Amino acid sequence: MSGALDLRAKPSWRAAKDRLMTGLMLGAVAVVFVPLAAVMWSLVERGGGIVLASFPDFFTEEIPRFSRRAGPGMGPAVVGTLLATGTATLMAVPLGVLGAVYLHEYGGGGRLARLVRFMATVMTGVPSIVMGLFIYLVWTIHFGFSAFGGALALACLMLPVVIGASEQMLRLVPNHLREASYALGATRSRTILTVVLPAALPGIVSGCLLAIARAAGETAPLLFAVGAAKTFNWSVLDEANTALSMQIFSNAMDVPAAQGRAWGAALTLVLLTFLLTLTARVFTGRFALKR
Amino acid sequence: MQLLDLRGRSQLADRAFRWIAVGAAGIVLVVLALIAITMTDRARPVIDHMGLEFFTSSRWSVPTNTYGALGFIFGTLYTAAIAIAIAVPISFGVALFVTQAAPRWLKRPLVYTIDLLAVVPSVVFGLWGLLVMAPALGLQGSFATAGIILAIMITPIITSLSREVIETTPATDQEAALALGATRWEMITATVWPHSKGGLVGAVMLGLGRAMGETIAATLVIGNTVHLTLNPFAPGYSMPTVIANEFGEAEPLHRSALIALAVTLFVITIAVNLVATWIVQRSMRRSLGK
Repeated sequence: MSGALDLRAKPSWRAAKDRLMTGLMLGAVAVVFVPLAAVMWSLVERGGGIVLASFPDFFTEEIPRFSRRAGPGMGPAVVGTLLATGTATLMAVPLGVLGAVYLHEYGGGGRLARLVRFMATVMTGVPSIVMGLFIYLVWTIHFGFSAFGGALALACLMLPVVIGASEQMLRLVPNHLREASYALGATRSRTILTVVLPAALPGIVSGCLLAIARAAGETAPLLFAVGAAKTFNWSVLDEANTALSMQIFSNAMDVPAAQGRAWGAALTLVLLTFLLTLTARVFTGRFALKR
Repeated sequence: MQLLDLRGRSQLADRAFRWIAVGAAGIVLVVLALIAITMTDRARPVIDHMGLEFFTSSRWSVPTNTYGALGFIFGTLYTAAIAIAIAVPISFGVALFVTQAAPRWLKRPLVYTIDLLAVVPSVVFGLWGLLVMAPALGLQGSFATAGIILAIMITPIITSLSREVIETTPATDQEAALALGATRWEMITATVWPHSKGGLVGAVMLGLGRAMGETIAATLVIGNTVHLTLNPFAPGYSMPTVIANEFGEAEPLHRSALIALAVTLFVITIAVNLVATWIVQRSMRRSLGK
């Protein structure tokens, strides 16, 4: 490689410079840990306080009609987050995995596959607020607020991520598995469904869980699609709903009582996303395909 | 023994499965086309009304139907620039530490912990920035406050991408430098930097794209006032934040103006992302191909 290696300076100076730079690297690591630790501490201190003070009411009570009233709960927001994220998963995961199957098993380097791959990259870069506006224009204007509108926006954000992660996993499935299956006379679809996908499954599950964790924490796409209910709404398709992320956003600039609930909701949301991430880690760690 | 029957129904199913897969992949194209068509269509009224002044004026007054986006475009670029200025040295430092200096047993826990930062929802960073960090640092809602929060949010992405790029440096180059008597830092400047420059630029640009599109955290800490100033401690406003704040109760022309902002944001972030992806892929391919 190019890059001149000049070792003529005084050895003590060179050693000092090396130590200084290693010190700066360590400093950078420390700087990264400060906000992480500070956020976690605030969540545990402020969020943990309010959740434990009214446990389990915080998760089962409705959101107070008047935000000035202190105390629980966030039940409707938990339900809303689970409904919107769950519905989005049901839409984005099958489509994304099938899309990846097309890209890797059928399309390969063909023109359509290259186009789709390129457009999936473009789609990953769409800002979430833009996705929110888009769903408002094509869905909410016509059908009103519901968890389903939010799910549509989340699914659009998840789709390219699921496609990318799944294609990467399909690439790791060794070709001799496919060839063995063909040699037994299996058709292509049979091979994909019974040999390729099962082999890639742990990696795909892990990639999907990470996409779900991201989606569960999104706020901007839900802003104009879900509405602002304060009571339980178990229906996916009808009536306004709410979500943890939206409650955090709207309560953050409100009175202290509401801010307390925002911290509780934040702790709940972070625990939910960490749980999903951790499960994903277990999947990649335990059952990963050997490269 | 049963004979394998390879004719008939299974072939039909085979073809059907293929078409289902094609359809699923095609959804990406359909959604993107729909986004482009509906958004530009809805953005047209305000461009007809304001002309090019939409991009060159910073006067945004709803009562007089005057919509100039310059203040928001500036705010988006400025906060993103602050975020990059803070996040890049830190991310590179962490990536170098993890790949070059950290003892083996420490690598994995370090990577996992930094990745946790990437999973924390942006609204939680916004809440923390508004109620904990800003008061602690004596900051109001401003370009700088938003920049710091955005920096925290993009650091994990830039770190993990640069880590991958740096790891493609051939071990032989590094060992050669060390064998000549170079210190670790001299080895890094002589082999890692020249090798990874392209990929690192791409990693930074992907972080930039993420910072520009981020809405909710910024909305809570940017100050929500249009100011065309380079003073980082002045309150500001950006494209995604004004959309989040005003779209809910907007009149038709106002709405069109906000959608035009979204289209502008969309075009800028896509351009940045594509250039970044291209740079990363090119440098990865070059380094792996050799």
